Amino acid sequence: MVKEAFDIDALIERHGRERSSLIPLLQEIQSELGYVPKEAIKAVARELDIFEVEVYEVLTFYAQFRLTPRGKHVIKVCLGTACHVMGGQDIFNYVSQVLGVSAGETTKDGTFTLERVACLGCCGMAPVVAIDDQVHGRQTISKVEKLLREHAANDVGKGEHVTKDAK
Amino acid sequence: MPAVYINGSKVEAKDGATILQAALDAGIYIPHLCHHPDLEPAGICRLCLVEVEGRGIVASCQAQVEDGMAVWTETPMVQKARQISLELLLTNHLGDCLSCPKDNECKLQEVASYIGINEERFKQLRMLAPQFPLDESNPFFLRDPNRCVLCGICVRTCDEIQGIGAINYAFRGFATTIATFGNKPIVESNCESCGECVVRCPTGALVPKNYRKPAKEVKSICPYCGVGCSIYLGVRGNEVVFVRGDKDSPVNEGQLCVKGRFGFGFINSPERLRKPLVKRNGEFVEVTWDEALDLVASKFSQYKGDQFAAVASARCTNEENYLVQKFARAVMQTNNVDNCARLCHAPTVAGLNIAYGTGGGTNPISDIDGASCIFVIGSNTTVAHPVVGTRIRRAARRGATLIVADPRRIELFNHAHVCLQQRPGSDVALLMGMARVIYEQGLHDEEFIRERCENFEAFVESLEQFELDFVEEVTNVPKEKIIQAATLYATRKPSLIIYSLGITEHSHGAENVLALANLAMLTGNVGKPSAGVMPLRGQNNVQGACDMGCIPASFPGYQPVKDGAVRRKFEKAWGCRLSEKPGLTLVEMFQEALKGNVRAFYIVGMDLAYSMPNARMVWEALERAEFVVVQEILMTGTAKFAHVILPGASFAEKDGTFTNLERRVQLIRKAIEPIGDARPDWWITCEIAKRMGATGFDYSHPSEVMDEIARLTPSFAGMSFARLEGAGIQWPCTSPDHPGTPILHIEAFNTPTGKGHFSPLQYKPPAEMPDDEYPLILTTGRSLYHFHLSMTRRVEGLLALHPEERIWLNPKDASKLGIADGDKVKVISRRGEVFTRAKVTEDVAPGTAFMTFHFYETPTNILVNEALCPIAKTPEFKVTAIRVERA
Repeated sequence: MVKEAFDIDALIERHGRERSSLIPLLQEIQSELGYVPKEAIKAVARELDIFEVEVYEVLTFYAQFRLTPRGKHVIKVCLGTACHVMGGQDIFNYVSQVLGVSAGETTKDGTFTLERVACLGCCGMAPVVAIDDQVHGRQTISKVEKLLREHAANDVGKGEHVTKDAK
Repeated sequence: MPAVYINGSKVEAKDGATILQAALDAGIYIPHLCHHPDLEPAGICRLCLVEVEGRGIVASCQAQVEDGMAVWTETPMVQKARQISLELLLTNHLGDCLSCPKDNECKLQEVASYIGINEERFKQLRMLAPQFPLDESNPFFLRDPNRCVLCGICVRTCDEIQGIGAINYAFRGFATTIATFGNKPIVESNCESCGECVVRCPTGALVPKNYRKPAKEVKSICPYCGVGCSIYLGVRGNEVVFVRGDKDSPVNEGQLCVKGRFGFGFINSPERLRKPLVKRNGEFVEVTWDEALDLVASKFSQYKGDQFAAVASARCTNEENYLVQKFARAVMQTNNVDNCARLCHAPTVAGLNIAYGTGGGTNPISDIDGASCIFVIGSNTTVAHPVVGTRIRRAARRGATLIVADPRRIELFNHAHVCLQQRPGSDVALLMGMARVIYEQGLHDEEFIRERCENFEAFVESLEQFELDFVEEVTNVPKEKIIQAATLYATRKPSLIIYSLGITEHSHGAENVLALANLAMLTGNVGKPSAGVMPLRGQNNVQGACDMGCIPASFPGYQPVKDGAVRRKFEKAWGCRLSEKPGLTLVEMFQEALKGNVRAFYIVGMDLAYSMPNARMVWEALERAEFVVVQEILMTGTAKFAHVILPGASFAEKDGTFTNLERRVQLIRKAIEPIGDARPDWWITCEIAKRMGATGFDYSHPSEVMDEIARLTPSFAGMSFARLEGAGIQWPCTSPDHPGTPILHIEAFNTPTGKGHFSPLQYKPPAEMPDDEYPLILTTGRSLYHFHLSMTRRVEGLLALHPEERIWLNPKDASKLGIADGDKVKVISRRGEVFTRAKVTEDVAPGTAFMTFHFYETPTNILVNEALCPIAKTPEFKVTAIRVERA
């Protein structure tokens, strides 16, 4: 489940109200919740006495920050040079089509988030897909289909559509 | 003063100036895009590169001059570096200059033609088709990211000048763009549509919609609120097509709000009244001026004396107001003349008169900049007086302590150090509570009180009852906050009080004003720069309408009608006998009309049928009246009750003067011919008078009226149109060589004794308190996008930004009533009911509701209580007991 609660008072206690506290604050919120929700942006802006849009500027500048909730499982499809040559794009397209989401998006049921990454550092195993930071090498469409099904099946009542759509 | 050598010539620079500033001041051009004289240097565009000997290439907007520095602005290295920066900018810029609204005014074109571009490279680089979608959501301006050079001037304007922060950079690399929070269309952000960014944008990225270039410009004054921003009307043919702020004005320094900048559409509206209209068999029929004026003159002749009442217009000029009261007093032989100040700042005039001897604000608007503490109470400044509001925001950001007290969580709360959310109508308790804290802690200014004030002991005695437990209970403000606010106000000097209708529109409005006057005297904050008491007057010339004697007890300049010597002076000047009996105030006129005692009305430029309390009572009175003449620019709710409607000229169609909230008399100038057959109001009043056989109404120009005012009014004695050119003069101005008076009461107060008068006060609850039947308190106010009713609703864009009424309810009250946001509701008071929709928001406290009064469809003032302040006769708009039901 996506956690919604954050304790802004405790966060401020730890990081202070300086402008320089902004990034550590946002990082901690993201590590707690998996993303930085709108309410958190407003609270941080209020506490630091800066404009909401300034927080938004920082959040959109750094690739590390996310503005939408993450799914239970994060699938990273590698499109680095080696993976690209070995058909990474086909795998990405397949996953994207099956889950019905584009890069950076999360399925409506909150099960999967799809990400496109540039290199996972294991080119010898290309094409590579990582699910929840576990790396799976030498992927094919059928192998990925199985991976998705397994991860979906772990969640009771979730991911049914993956099995169906994949057929 | 450091001396620098720019291209070999010696240039004297200001201390701390940047190289760019020094060069531009010396008339040496250095190309630049992101520099703007109003803003802090940013060093973004990299076009202002210069070579400094011993240092190499530097951005001249970022480097401060040093004595003896040698700067070269046109070396080959500089030129090459600039060219690269320019080409990189052009790469991301849509290259269809001829179809761009900024063509010929574009700063990017200017620098490109100066620096020169390599045609071959440019051909390869330039963007041929738009890559980003346009943001057309704002009705007044367009955002085109394809023409944006990311100079950040808009971002810095919104931050540094407006203090809003609606936009900033977002994303990075090629995707970098200027975005709102969440990258939503601008209209969904906290943007206030002031257009300050549009004015400063160097390219076509921010442009006004439907822009047509004016053929000429005429200097004038904004016709909306009492701030009195100086403007230039852009005229093309007989149409006002553009408005810009006057940078040289000390009032607004070039700034404008959304209404001032974009709200001029009513001037040339097709709905303007073009011909005199006479009601025949219930229908308005067009007639000639002769027919209309003869009818009015012959009818008015039958209603001379106190059966006649004139309502003057706070929208019209000083000269026109002077003539309306002269007409009422000299021709109609009655003092029954009043203006809309009765509904707003009459308690200010009364209260400040009692305390200080002059019923006007003590200090100029620009004094906000120097105040160490600003205490704003009962004023939603950023909405009702936006240009003053941004000044307060800037002061707070610069470090001034800001205390804000309002029953609603208004925008200024976001910038305040202390926020007090008092119960509507509990201001006397709050302010006297603060006074008690100051006195008990010994923070009062003993010397000032001893030397400059009187009646202090009686005041101190009256503090007795304001024990903080009692104050907390009455105001619902925690004790600690009252102590904090009082301490800050008393210790961070100079402290300036800013207030508006939240203080005055109560059944004890004058006492609220007295409480503020007490507080300022107690701490010695009067008669000094950046201190004092600043009432924010509502309409563009409501100060002037009062100054000109459109009030029942005074001739121009607050000279009492009861004073025999004054009366004789006016009798001699006007050649007639004048009544010594003070006339009826505005609400009383209609109460008397219901009884049949007032039978004829001359109503100039005021939509009173929808802006007075207990509106139904006013409608009945107007129906009952035997002869009603309304002089207006547009068909209003009031004009519909008229027997004759006389089409007046708008502010853009005549010469004259307006007086703003800091007593500054400023010229307005005729920019276009009157629309249709409309005539200036001064001409109309004079024609009626002349046709009634009166003398003394032969003026060929308003300047002659001002000369007469100056002859008869000591505080205006030094004024003339010739002297008012430029930034105007603040009254009192007692002789032709008197410079005017920006700050009042510096040496002595204007009271008979010359002393500031302390008033002992008691807490009185509002006339109507919530009970089981009517459990909520309704308080009313303005929207940023409307002024009253008729003018702003003729401006399509303003109506789009705020299309309809909403009643604000706290979520707790709403859920108790089973009402959700957007639900249709019925609002009921003891006087009537209206239908509207609910806006559920934490911005109102539980038990409180809020509505504006801008919509004929939802005539809020039907609900409002006409209970009057006994001193000022101002009704209690701010507290009405209501019940809300689902509809």
